Amino acid sequence: MDDLDRQILRLLQENAKQTYSEIGAKLDVAHSTVYDRIQKMEHGGFITKYEAMVDAERMGIPLITAQMIITADPKETEGIAERMAKFGQVLEVATSFSEELVIIAKVVAKDQSELHSFIARSIAPLPGVLRIRTAIVTRKYKEERFSVGQEKKLSKTKE
Amino acid sequence: MRDEAFYFFTSIGNYTGVSAVSLDEFLQKIKDVDIKSLEFHLFREDFEKWISQTLGDGRLAEDIRAIRIQKIVGNSLRDRLYFLVSRRLKELKAGPVR
Repeated sequence: MDDLDRQILRLLQENAKQTYSEIGAKLDVAHSTVYDRIQKMEHGGFITKYEAMVDAERMGIPLITAQMIITADPKETEGIAERMAKFGQVLEVATSFSEELVIIAKVVAKDQSELHSFIARSIAPLPGVLRIRTAIVTRKYKEERFSVGQEKKLSKTKE
Repeated sequence: MRDEAFYFFTSIGNYTGVSAVSLDEFLQKIKDVDIKSLEFHLFREDFEKWISQTLGDGRLAEDIRAIRIQKIVGNSLRDRLYFLVSRRLKELKAGPVR
């Protein structure tokens, strides 16, 4: 992957609906070059999928988001994370290590009652779950995904 | 997975790690569980639902409903719950002929 590939990826991350010609014009290369590069990156697994970002609030779908930290028996942690990944309410799940190995997860529910039912009926009963802490998101200040080129800025960041 | 268990939370989504699968175990757990958990579940009617629907004990559920209506909180709530559950357990273990 060279610098041109990275520039194409960055433009696609900004707007994946751009045509090969539009991207080519911005980067001053032929659209066929852009086409070939994107094909290679798709087949190589660098581009995993194209998706629409939907604003659930604007669509009138009432959703609450919560961040969970689950402390579990270390022998069971991986299995719990794998089982959690299968639930539709779980948007993200990962294992993490601070003072102890924990599972962190982002979950959604229609309301607090459904959130509680889901955690009480589906997560707490999983063998090895020792403790759960849940924080309901009240306001988001930023939500972005990692974009190509961002890694270069990380070491230079100032507040 | 303990499907029939009662899981003690202190608030929405905050699980204490304490659970009970029977009335005997429930009695032991309410002695020490965080008082916030007892208050949280009492006012959500979770104790009544679990005791009547899972354990099938409508009478004890009714007794617990009464302490919810009286809005008992804190250690008085723990003591009252403990008294009601232990009394009920004694009755159930005694049998009809004494």
